[in-house]
Amino acid sequence: MKHICKKLVVLWLGMMAYAANAEVQIYITEGRDDARPVAVVPFTFESESEVTVQPPHDFAQIIANDLERSGKFKPVELSELPQRPSQITDVDIDAWKELGVDGVVYGIVKETAPGKYMVSYDLIDPYNDKAVMESSIPSGSYPLVDQSFHLMVLKTKLVNNDNFRWAAHIAADEIYEALTGERGAFATQIAYVQVDRLAAKPYQLNVADSDGFNQTQVFTSKKPIMSPSWSPDAEKLAYVSFENGRSEIYVQTITTGQRELIASYKGFNSAPAWSPDGTKMAMVLSKDGNPELYVMDLATKKLTRLTRHYSIDTEPSWHPDGKSLIFTSDRGGKPQIYRVSLAGGDAERVTFEGRYNAGAEFAPDGKSIVMVHQSNGNFHVAAQDIDTGNLTVLTKTSLDESLSVAPNSSMIIFSTVDGRQKVLSAVSMDGRFKARLPANVGEVKAPAWSPFIL
Amino acid sequence: MKRSVQLLLALLAAFALAACSTTEPADDTTDTTVQQDDGSDAEAEALARQRAAEEAERQRIAALLENTTIYFDFDSDAIRSGDMELLEVHAKHIQATGKKVILEGHADERGTPEYNLALGERRAKSVAQLMRTYGVSGSQIEVISFGEESPANPGHTEQAWQENRRVEIKYQ
Repeated sequence: MKHICKKLVVLWLGMMAYAANAEVQIYITEGRDDARPVAVVPFTFESESEVTVQPPHDFAQIIANDLERSGKFKPVELSELPQRPSQITDVDIDAWKELGVDGVVYGIVKETAPGKYMVSYDLIDPYNDKAVMESSIPSGSYPLVDQSFHLMVLKTKLVNNDNFRWAAHIAADEIYEALTGERGAFATQIAYVQVDRLAAKPYQLNVADSDGFNQTQVFTSKKPIMSPSWSPDAEKLAYVSFENGRSEIYVQTITTGQRELIASYKGFNSAPAWSPDGTKMAMVLSKDGNPELYVMDLATKKLTRLTRHYSIDTEPSWHPDGKSLIFTSDRGGKPQIYRVSLAGGDAERVTFEGRYNAGAEFAPDGKSIVMVHQSNGNFHVAAQDIDTGNLTVLTKTSLDESLSVAPNSSMIIFSTVDGRQKVLSAVSMDGRFKARLPANVGEVKAPAWSPFIL
Repeated sequence: MKRSVQLLLALLAAFALAACSTTEPADDTTDTTVQQDDGSDAEAEALARQRAAEEAERQRIAALLENTTIYFDFDSDAIRSGDMELLEVHAKHIQATGKKVILEGHADERGTPEYNLALGERRAKSVAQLMRTYGVSGSQIEVISFGEESPANPGHTEQAWQENRRVEIKYQ
């Protein structure tokens, strides 16, 4: 408990000017006091054109917010910055050492034509004067001054109004990876279902950036929408729609809006999950009398049945190697997680702790599974280590459901109830960092974190 | 005389046996005797009483048919004993009229949405199976699950959850 400082940090005061773009905003509800201190210096703005148009967003602020939202970093207050450099030759290494930060980010946004920008940004490690040798920065691309040996990231990018935020998320990913050795997942998206019961079409399938900005509508309906699942190339979403009066599985290409009905069997069609190689889709069909797991070959639409049991078998999730799946079954009387090989054979029980474990998802690194776990009557997010079998409850919220793990296995996004509102929430894999994404309108549920997008 | 005694003994034995199981047969016998004794007034009165009983029964059935929702316990598809009469009345009505019904299964928001979709189907199927034992044809019943997606009460309380764990009988 001593490592956890419970507080409500209202993020991004500087971002409020841009808040009109945000349908879903993120608040950190439980921070960590072992988060590493970093400095993100506000970028210098320069303009070469006669008509100056302010950049649409604050590039440095987006980076700072992303780093803070990972739970691993704590950007220092701007009032504590000892200097505000914009290029390497301006940097006073000793001043940053004295401040005691693990990294310093600074940069320049230069307007080259109205709405077009050249953004340059660097990351330095004040304590490592051999950093540049360990980085992928080509020699000769930086001035030969002492400070240059501290460089970890050195980038210049051309961006415009449309991809400005996205470019900042990519910059945050580069900085995060340089500081942690782990790939960042800020330049990713989240699909989710929003329900506004007063709207003509109350059910909306939306996609937004990982920070909740740039929400776009993928599909709207008068009838419920469930279970969005990303294709591995992040170009399509599979989901369940009740538009024809019962649950059927559709695949929709996000950019074109083109839709295909792929499962409309007798009974219900549910829980689509794309295989890691994108050629197959696991799904749950009750066409043969009760819910069973099937795998559909997406090219031929041929089905292979994976389970044969009179109980409920549902919620398949692929192991990242594509050779096995975990799923929920109440064949033992209460819902528990089981694992079945694609090659066939008996299902093997995976969870033993607690009376209700369901909705499990493999972390993309394959090291753990996360699930909805009931304890003391409440439904929490829990993680179970694959090797040791140890189960850890990660949340204190109740009614948690629809878990989805970030592609770098760092965070879990899920749906929960906050007061009387259905909201999205995120928790780090170790449970020590928590954030909340309240909906502006209606309720938000069924989040699905996209794969890496590049 | 000997025969009469035998008959009387047999009657007494029969009464005694009937009394052991239920008292109603004895009352019926009494009624019959009264009717025979008092003639047509009593007969009309009995007929009126029977009509009233039939009318009451019709009203009782009509009232039951108005009620088209039954409720379940958490993570359970077991039909509560108190709902058996209601479902029997619906089943006989469906069978008699040849109507078609959709049985819509629902779950509360606790647990996961996909598991709850399966649970909703299981609840509706459990109602369908009971109706078939009362003679309803499978072709008259369609089962659809909405899981937790279509709550009757969007609240997050025990009361709301109970209202949402349900099967709705929808006449087509």
